[in-house]
Amino acid sequence: MVQHDKKTLVRMLEGDLSWDELKLIISGRKDPNRFDVILEILQEKVPWKEKILLPLHEHLYVVNKNGKRIVKCDCGHEFGDYHQNWKTKCRIRVRDTQEDINELYPHCMGSDPEWMELREYYCPECFTLLDTESVPPGYPVIFNFLPDIDAFYEKWLGRKAPDRE
Amino acid sequence: MNQKGIGWNGKTLKQMLEESERLIIETNRYYGIDKLSLKEQDPFRYERAYASLRGALVSARETALHVAASPIVKEIGELCFALYTPEGDSIVVSTGILVHVHTMSEAIKFMIREEYEDDPGINPGDIFLNNDPECGNVHTTDVQTIIPIFWKDELIGWAGGVTHQIDTGGITAGHDLIAAVQRFDDGVYYTCRKIGSNDKIWKDHMISARRSVRTPMYWELDEKCRLAGNLMIRDAVLKFIEIEGIDYYRRFIREAIEEGRRILLKRVKERLIPGRYRAASFIDGPFKNEAWQPIAKMDKLNNQPIEVIVKEDGGLSISFDGASGPGQNAFNCGKGAMEGGQWVLLTQVLIYGDKVNDGAYFAVEKNYPLKTWANPGDPYLSYQAPWGNLIPAYTGMMKCISYGLFSRGYREEVVPGYGFTGDAIQGGGIYISGPLKGQRWALSTFEISGQGLGASAVRDGLDWGYAMWNPEADLGDVETWELFQGGIPYLSRRVKPNTAGHGKYRGGANYEGVAMVAFSEKVEFFGGREGLVFHGCGGMHGGYPHGTGYRLYAKNTNMEEIIKNQKEYPLGDPDPKNGEFEKLIKGDIVRKCQNLIFPINLKNYDLIHYSLSGGPGYGDPLERKLENVKKDLEDGIYTQDFVYKIYGVVANFNEKTEEWTIDVEATKKRREEIRKEREEKSMTFEEFWEHERKKIVEDKLHEAVKRMYSESIQLSKKWGKEFLEFWKLPEDYKMEVE
Repeated sequence: MVQHDKKTLVRMLEGDLSWDELKLIISGRKDPNRFDVILEILQEKVPWKEKILLPLHEHLYVVNKNGKRIVKCDCGHEFGDYHQNWKTKCRIRVRDTQEDINELYPHCMGSDPEWMELREYYCPECFTLLDTESVPPGYPVIFNFLPDIDAFYEKWLGRKAPDRE
Repeated sequence: MNQKGIGWNGKTLKQMLEESERLIIETNRYYGIDKLSLKEQDPFRYERAYASLRGALVSARETALHVAASPIVKEIGELCFALYTPEGDSIVVSTGILVHVHTMSEAIKFMIREEYEDDPGINPGDIFLNNDPECGNVHTTDVQTIIPIFWKDELIGWAGGVTHQIDTGGITAGHDLIAAVQRFDDGVYYTCRKIGSNDKIWKDHMISARRSVRTPMYWELDEKCRLAGNLMIRDAVLKFIEIEGIDYYRRFIREAIEEGRRILLKRVKERLIPGRYRAASFIDGPFKNEAWQPIAKMDKLNNQPIEVIVKEDGGLSISFDGASGPGQNAFNCGKGAMEGGQWVLLTQVLIYGDKVNDGAYFAVEKNYPLKTWANPGDPYLSYQAPWGNLIPAYTGMMKCISYGLFSRGYREEVVPGYGFTGDAIQGGGIYISGPLKGQRWALSTFEISGQGLGASAVRDGLDWGYAMWNPEADLGDVETWELFQGGIPYLSRRVKPNTAGHGKYRGGANYEGVAMVAFSEKVEFFGGREGLVFHGCGGMHGGYPHGTGYRLYAKNTNMEEIIKNQKEYPLGDPDPKNGEFEKLIKGDIVRKCQNLIFPINLKNYDLIHYSLSGGPGYGDPLERKLENVKKDLEDGIYTQDFVYKIYGVVANFNEKTEEWTIDVEATKKRREEIRKEREEKSMTFEEFWEHERKKIVEDKLHEAVKRMYSESIQLSKKWGKEFLEFWKLPEDYKMEVE
């Protein structure tokens, strides 16, 4: 059974692996305990105590706080119930003028704002850029991922979620 | 009518297909296979059997492209082969443009459902040709040769091969004809037609085919290539049966596909998280002022929403519910093409490995809603360039799967999307000098096989090296492209700055080129990729979409004089605001922010510019490591001004040493400034909601955007309901469009 040591995975998460090291991980068989090792690494990294149930994003986690499953940023900001789209709790910048789009793209290499705008979703506390959406004006905010946490733990991993044990 | 079928035990192929479909529905397993008994009883024999067939297909492909093939096929391997069951399900595939493995499956099933067994008959040695997207193909330029394989008097399978043609005789020269707006513009159609018998292509077919396309020599070479490969596969299958026995073969092909199905389910459980995933992509069709034909003069924006459900049992459900309508343009996408696109991407993100076959196809529930661009159900529309929809649409599937891979911890597998394999500069002309004087050339460069791939969650995306439809992407050599497009030699190729999507990990970057018309007359030129919208569904977790395409060319230039006097000429367009074209040449220079153009006439010494696509980025650009930004500057991936604005990196270039240095303290300050700007320039969700809703209710949307919403609302009750509910609009709300 393939296993990568924790130090290697920490380095991978930090973007510190060389291509030769990373290629072995990409093209080799997958380590079945990866989820648990990554969870352990992330839990040690975050500055708060709530148990991570699922890493949702580079900076966001589903955690259980006071019996409720919520989305929490690594800065500590809480976005509320994970069944709700966390993007609707963000600060949002809409780039819907050519001038705003051309701050990021050379002339003619960005969208025409009449056809498509660029939305930036920030954490309201640390102002990390959590997501971008390139959509036509008036497009509803996309709810990208709603995990079935209990099915994952119980049906796939064969154990209860940490907050249901 | 035949009394006895050519299928197994006297059944007709149609009976076999119906039985196969019934068993899948009843048992949820391929052909009702419960136990992989051959694999369990003698795994070594089973694996050897699979490897021998797989080896035969790979060998057939490698050999056939050297037997006879057009440059496009030989240079970058624009072909693939597959072996099918009597019902048309793929068992084993070669390497190559695997998007076509499932399209040929649909073509075989079309022939079975249309009872070809009775008329025109299916006999040993028969040869069938197909390029009709409505019954199993992507576009007419992909041409398939399919032969039946018989053991004694029973049909035991099919071999199929597909190559991509340079030209199929459409409304204009080339392979993705932007000017095609109905079926009659798409070029020659072979709808599952019998074109030979006794292993020989009929003379009347070849005469007709040669007169139907602009590049007859390449057409004929590729016909021979596909047939040669198929005959090699047939020989290998018959040899396999001699060694293993017919009973083993019959059971083996069923088990191999069922195993393929189980592999997908297992891989999903191994890599993803059950749940609901969503993304949306778009493609612009600025046809209103571009199209020639009155019926096509309409601006279109296509909505490509995707929902992926990962089920508890590991099954996948993929739906394009909410897709907007088809149109009088070349981007319509047949169901077979959608299935091919889905299949080829799954082979790249989940089921890569040797055991790749239609088992994966059977493990996925699909919804390509009728009357949308994803399944128009109208054979009289044009299907010449369905890639215009298919390529951006499937970035959504990759992104959805990437959310699951990320949460499961497999961050190295995350890929939020890829660049559009577009801006294939296309067209053609006639040589007026040289050894090919009087002959036509077609511009159909397959450099487009080298696009930027999206960043992963642990590294930058691949530069100039990815095509979604061919897992063995290769941009080829300039010298080979110039073999068949000698009327438009290259002046340059070089890295184009600022193509890569920004992010903590940047997307793949790409390059640009300039070519000049020469030695020719009657030259027409056109091209297309996204231009007014960002490609696909953009970046992930804070990464940005990559730069869009645009159009640049120059007519009536003074290049003859420049060449004569050996003066400087443009090698690219590194800064579109301050262009080299404008600085270095005289002539009528045309720049358009939209990329798509209908064919225009060019003359010798006219210049065309093209740029290939980057890939989307991953993560917040402010988190990009300084040493990586420095390398981007050194490699010409980004320019100093954009690095400052987006990455917050203050960099200085020493003209003497030609070295970049990063001012760490100034960078720290600049990054803090950007965070403050984010706070100042952003709004709450409630403010955002009011701001966006006004655009709808105050009728501020562009006609193409309104048309898109109107079509999606009409075509999908579910999507329409969610749209109206999100903006709190009444149930009977209508967008007024012409």
